[in-house]
Amino acid sequence: MTRLALAFADGAVVAKRNLIKIRRVPELLIWTTMSPIMFVLLFGYVFGSSIDIAGTNYREFFIAGVFAQTVIFGASGTGVGMAEDMTKGIIDRFRSLPMARSAVLVGRTGSDILYNSISILVMSLTGLLVGWRIRTSALEAIGGFLLLLLFAYAISWVMAYVGLKVPSVEVVQNASFMFIFPMTFVANTFVDSSQLPGPLRTVAEWNPVSAVAQAAREAFGNTGDLPEPEVWSLDHPFLYSLMWIAIILAVFIPLSVRQYNKATTK
Amino acid sequence: MTNMIQTTGLVKRYGEVVALDHLDLEVPKGSVLGLLGPNGAGKTTAVRILTTLLVPDEGSAEVAGLDIRKEPDKVRERIGLSGQNAAVDEYLTGYENLDMVGRLYHAGKKKSQARARELLERFDLLEAGDRPAKTYSGGMRRRLDLAAALVAEPDVLFLDEPTTGLDPRSRSQMWETIQELVRGGSTVLLTTQYMEEAERLANDIVVIDRGRMIAHGTSDELKVEIGGERIELILANSADIPAGRSILAELSGGDVQVDEHTRNLTAGVTGGAEALRQVLQRLAEKDVAVADIGLRRPTLDDVFLTLTGHGAEEATETSEDDKEGSGSGRDEIREKEAVR
Repeated sequence: MTRLALAFADGAVVAKRNLIKIRRVPELLIWTTMSPIMFVLLFGYVFGSSIDIAGTNYREFFIAGVFAQTVIFGASGTGVGMAEDMTKGIIDRFRSLPMARSAVLVGRTGSDILYNSISILVMSLTGLLVGWRIRTSALEAIGGFLLLLLFAYAISWVMAYVGLKVPSVEVVQNASFMFIFPMTFVANTFVDSSQLPGPLRTVAEWNPVSAVAQAAREAFGNTGDLPEPEVWSLDHPFLYSLMWIAIILAVFIPLSVRQYNKATTK
Repeated sequence: MTNMIQTTGLVKRYGEVVALDHLDLEVPKGSVLGLLGPNGAGKTTAVRILTTLLVPDEGSAEVAGLDIRKEPDKVRERIGLSGQNAAVDEYLTGYENLDMVGRLYHAGKKKSQARARELLERFDLLEAGDRPAKTYSGGMRRRLDLAAALVAEPDVLFLDEPTTGLDPRSRSQMWETIQELVRGGSTVLLTTQYMEEAERLANDIVVIDRGRMIAHGTSDELKVEIGGERIELILANSADIPAGRSILAELSGGDVQVDEHTRNLTAGVTGGAEALRQVLQRLAEKDVAVADIGLRRPTLDDVFLTLTGHGAEEATETSEDDKEGSGSGRDEIREKEAVR
């Protein structure tokens, strides 16, 4: 077997192990689905009642933003999972087996795609209830969903690295909050980034989260009569998002695998 | 005879602390080496290096004829590891755990599943095999962990404190299991804090302290070096200490260790039970009140006191790894005897 095939085969074994846990602890899945519902309702009704974005219906506008934010939160689960594994003897077992050195990470990030798929499904259904609609073809919409999942997958590798680097599960949670909140709010997720003041506007416009939200918005046909974005990143959101995804994966896959090999049980 | 494990001058440092200090080990094929030492002596570090979990700072090591630095992947195909904290996934059933390990050794679905069932049966876990490992007792988890180490029928087996933290019943069960493996011809490196465990399971014992080998031999050879059984006497009254000391000195013909504060007197003896009987008789003749008396085998503490001049506990000041337990593998055969 080639190294890549081995990484996927072993990764699949580890992913299966992670998925069995969902079956044994169904509560995990309940919380995974509750928080997306809460986010959609919260933003839909609280922000939706007070924010008005000229040219579009807010309940259509914000949903792509909630999608983007929620899958990033979902990706932080990867870091928690890795940190949890590192505190247990099971990692020593894995590291003493002739399996691919990347398999534990490939398996963990892989199984977390399922979590995020479920949360997107739940959010979509809740979104439909509060007035969100897909106004494009099914194919385009699928493209939007795939981009969200792909972006979440890339963020999973960042979180996996964090999970391996920090000393405990609690630290992963706190650290990821510190990172996720600014990243998902200084963006066009919930507001029109062109209305933000000075430097905040520049950051928001070049923030990859904005591009992902914008790309999803376009894929679902939720841009309404909004003016074309002037800035290149938001004018080509798909391309710009894919660039970021490629960069993140190229940096964090090798970095995480190296960290995994270096790290010892805590 | 070929050595399945061979190390030369292994050194591992953690900052200022030297965990392994030029350790040389040799384990011939089909034999069991017991690595005996207190917490922090470097036992776990040695196992971690030999199982490729840790890279040594200096020195070289071969496992199953393979260089651990140059061919760690090949080494991993030939070894099995069972650690002190059972390395099983608690949400998976026993069966799923073993099957997962089999797949990760690339055994293939059919072979892996058959092997999982076979091992569950052999380790008396068949009934519990379809329950999550979370529901297992400590002893069951260790057995599952050991089974996981055996999935690929490894040439070399590493058992890192296989019975630390187990209750006496689970411990003796574990010993029987390991003895069975040994009879089957496995090559084993076993670490332990218990003198008795090393005696029972290992052909060859290496005592380590602060990362260095301080004694090496069969258990009989070591016993000669450190002395055999001991009588431990606790007196009721401090005034009787001189009398107790002279009685013990007479019979042991050697040193009597005295702790004035606890009125605890210890002396090595030969001829175990008979010596104990004589001591009791003399004590009765002299009208010495005894709070407690017992015959016991040398503990790790005794070994250390004899070999290094300091107790096992003191050696743990530079502790870097092993987390559990208090180093004293006290295994006493004690008769509570309130004379008078």
